Amino acid sequence: MTAFETVIGFEIHTELLTRSKVWCGCSTQFGQPPNTQVCPICLGLPGSLPVLNRRALELALRACVALNCRIAPVIQFERKNYYYPDLPKNYQISQLRKNLGEAGWLEFQVGDETRRVRINNVHLEEDAGKNIHPETPGADYSLVDLNRAGTPLLEIVTEPDLRSAAEAAAFMNAMKSLLEYLEVSDCNMHEGRLRFELNISQRRAGEERLGTKVEVKNLNSMKTVLRCIDAEEDRQRDLLESGESVIQETRLWDEPSGRTRAMRSKEVAHDYRYFPDPDLVEIHVDEAWVGRVRAELPELPDARRRRFVEQYGLTDYSAGVLTARKPVAEYFESALRSHANPVGIGNWVINEVLRWLGEDPDRELADYPVAAHDLAVLVRMIDEATISGKIAKEVYKAMMAGEGAPEAIVKAHGLVQITDTSEIEPIVARVVAENPDTVAKIRAGKDKAIMALVGQVMKETRGKANPQTVNELIRSRIDEMV
Amino acid sequence: MTDAPAYATLKELQRSLEAGECSSRELTQALLDRIEALDGKLGAFLRVTPDEALQQADAADAARRQGRRSPLLGIPLGLKDILCTRGVATTCASRILRDFIPPYDATAVARLRQAGAVFLGKLNMDEFAMGSSCEFSAWQPTRNPWDPTRIPGGSSGGSAAAVAAGFCPATLGTDTGGSIRQPAALCGVVGLKPTYGRVSRYGLIAFASSLDQIGPFARTVEDCALLLNAIAAQDPLDSTSAPVATSDYTECLGREIRGLRVGLPREYFIDGMEPAVEAAVRRAVADLAAQGAEIVEISLPHTEYAVAVYYICATAEASSNLARYDGAHYGYRAAGTRNIIEMYSRSRTEGFGEEVKRRIMLGTYVLSAGFYDAYYSKALKVRTLITRDFAEAFRQVDVIATPTTPGVAFRIGEKLDDPLQMYLSDIFTISANLAGIPGLSLPCGFTAEGLPIGLQLLAPAFEEARLLQVAHAYEQSHDWWRRRPELA
Repeated sequence: MTAFETVIGFEIHTELLTRSKVWCGCSTQFGQPPNTQVCPICLGLPGSLPVLNRRALELALRACVALNCRIAPVIQFERKNYYYPDLPKNYQISQLRKNLGEAGWLEFQVGDETRRVRINNVHLEEDAGKNIHPETPGADYSLVDLNRAGTPLLEIVTEPDLRSAAEAAAFMNAMKSLLEYLEVSDCNMHEGRLRFELNISQRRAGEERLGTKVEVKNLNSMKTVLRCIDAEEDRQRDLLESGESVIQETRLWDEPSGRTRAMRSKEVAHDYRYFPDPDLVEIHVDEAWVGRVRAELPELPDARRRRFVEQYGLTDYSAGVLTARKPVAEYFESALRSHANPVGIGNWVINEVLRWLGEDPDRELADYPVAAHDLAVLVRMIDEATISGKIAKEVYKAMMAGEGAPEAIVKAHGLVQITDTSEIEPIVARVVAENPDTVAKIRAGKDKAIMALVGQVMKETRGKANPQTVNELIRSRIDEMV
Repeated sequence: MTDAPAYATLKELQRSLEAGECSSRELTQALLDRIEALDGKLGAFLRVTPDEALQQADAADAARRQGRRSPLLGIPLGLKDILCTRGVATTCASRILRDFIPPYDATAVARLRQAGAVFLGKLNMDEFAMGSSCEFSAWQPTRNPWDPTRIPGGSSGGSAAAVAAGFCPATLGTDTGGSIRQPAALCGVVGLKPTYGRVSRYGLIAFASSLDQIGPFARTVEDCALLLNAIAAQDPLDSTSAPVATSDYTECLGREIRGLRVGLPREYFIDGMEPAVEAAVRRAVADLAAQGAEIVEISLPHTEYAVAVYYICATAEASSNLARYDGAHYGYRAAGTRNIIEMYSRSRTEGFGEEVKRRIMLGTYVLSAGFYDAYYSKALKVRTLITRDFAEAFRQVDVIATPTTPGVAFRIGEKLDDPLQMYLSDIFTISANLAGIPGLSLPCGFTAEGLPIGLQLLAPAFEEARLLQVAHAYEQSHDWWRRRPELA
């Protein structure tokens, strides 16, 4: 058995957040009835011509700047020629020889280590429409929806710098986070607006030369990408170990079987015959323009982390965790507007919100059941001693179960903390009286023994007493008995 | 005005309308009648649209009564079938677009419509503008009004023949490698290919996007200038339309050409030219000299590569531009196909003609992996050299004069089996498209058999005014433009 090393790179496609399409004025809104957001241009009718959406180019430039790319002084669009019914012109306007950005990198954390993935290039292209195959058995037709055709698409191509599924996961999160922070894309993977395509190969440990790579398409979630890495690793290693070789090809992920399969020959385009699109002029991107884009960059994770430390007094670690994903940072700041306890709310976000997100790499914060305001109210109720921390956990569970706002839950379950000691004192007196052995231990200096009594009192108050208060009451009761 | 309104110039018609001597409706009806009577033998029109035309004429008359004035108000025109017309079938003379009715006007068409022009119908052409004789139309050949056994030239043969036959004072055509100038020469009319980017290509069904340009045909230089005034403009719908200001192109007409330097490129006077053509062009140049122009012999050294470069660049672009005609979304779809590959394949096999398929294959080949550098990439480099030849030449001269074609109109069928011979009929016109400069052809004589001969003038980019000035100076010293064919 030889040790193999897995080598991974990505092609990332993301739809840019423009209101209109990249070559025409049609809306990019998602989920409209089929073929209602189309015009002669995105339908590819005879004689129609593309005109570049400047906003799309600026968003793409923003990504290039943030990915530390060299920006081409002159950019050019090229035609990628292939036949498919969701591509009305039967060519995709893309870039090849004069890409928008080249030779960049993205840094990200894997555990305590900072890793860097090199970016080969970043370019702008158009999305295709969608073919819809009717589910009716025996249907001898397919339908085409061209609403998405011509939506601006950013493609980011990395170098093969990743070595494991864990690294790939960290990279995907970092890339998604950056794109979210840049506000170039909403990064919705369920609806296909952020897609990761994988290329993966094996080489024997210590070898410099890259092995034969396989490209995999049809990966529509991060979890799928990670499953696919495992599956391909196994498949490729099995091939190599049995003396066969990996064929350079494009494979499709097959969800039901959890494996990749080779594309049928007709699904493979052999020669795209790229050439410069004569309908679009070359665009000159000067330093001043790049400077403006740089100046207008939204607050990025690093800057936000430093701000969180200064403004909210968080530790560098907490600030880093809270700013790793833009929606999380925004959730946190939104909660702060309802209750200004950054450390308390920060802990809840880190312990509960991030744990929930971490359970499934494809979870979106938008689907989190607890609103930022409600989480803030929960923390406030603890801070104001309305409920204990222990009760708060129960209230939180109820909130996650969709039982509503924390005040309502506390009220409905009668969970308000007993702060009036006169209610607790009789119970303390009884518990102390009923446990002379324990009291003796405490008196003998075994301090920890008091916890057993605190526990009993808490049990009898159904958790509504403040444990600290109970502790003090028990001590003074024992002292009084002397 | 003689033979009114058939051979009246646009300018004359404008005056009659202005003076109230006739209405646009009368004019339009008279020309529709003439087309009805005579076009059966010529085949210039693919589609005559009398209802739309008369409606537009009535609207123009009404506007005029309300005081509107515009140089083209109520003037009947014809449009090459490559230009999209809202609600009127636009087939590009191809089976594959047989039933295609665009929901939009080409920008040039919209501008004419806005100016109040009347559209008589759509004119024949070689399929997708690929051809030099109009014989590659999927629907019908067009015959040369001067000799119906001969071709009118192409690809805008219908546009040239309609003007020569007195069906309308002016038409629009398109020129990718000579498709305006060559038929203008062979039909004895004036044809202008503007600078690339001068007229919007939006709605012009693309053959070769980096070469295509819309331009006018008319019987006089002034009429061409009037049409250019209406269609020239930068267009937000066409990224390649130029941000260069336009001017009134009639202003330069009548200015003398004394002192203007006219270049004669030695590469354009070649063995194998018809002697009558060379003689007529040399006489025309002598006439320009007699008006005070200075004649300078020049060289455009890369001329011999123009045809090869053109057939690489143009076919490469065409192979991609024509990919959208696949039977999936609109246009012709072959019946009874069993899967998508078969649908694509049979729709295109049945929908395109032989010449179009020949060029798609050639273009696909030159862009293919492993051949791109040897053909397409190299062609682009030589194209730059050809452009530089002109830049160099225009340091020495103001305009260049050449024959438009090496010969006069050939007989129908004569070159059909020899694509190379056919391609060579554009040998003098192709370079202007590759360099993007404007070119104009106007009549400069007739052969003994009575076939027209064209003089080509070329100018630097966006110097259409200079081109029109020289052409007008020559035109006014002759009456070639007054000659008209005898139509049976």
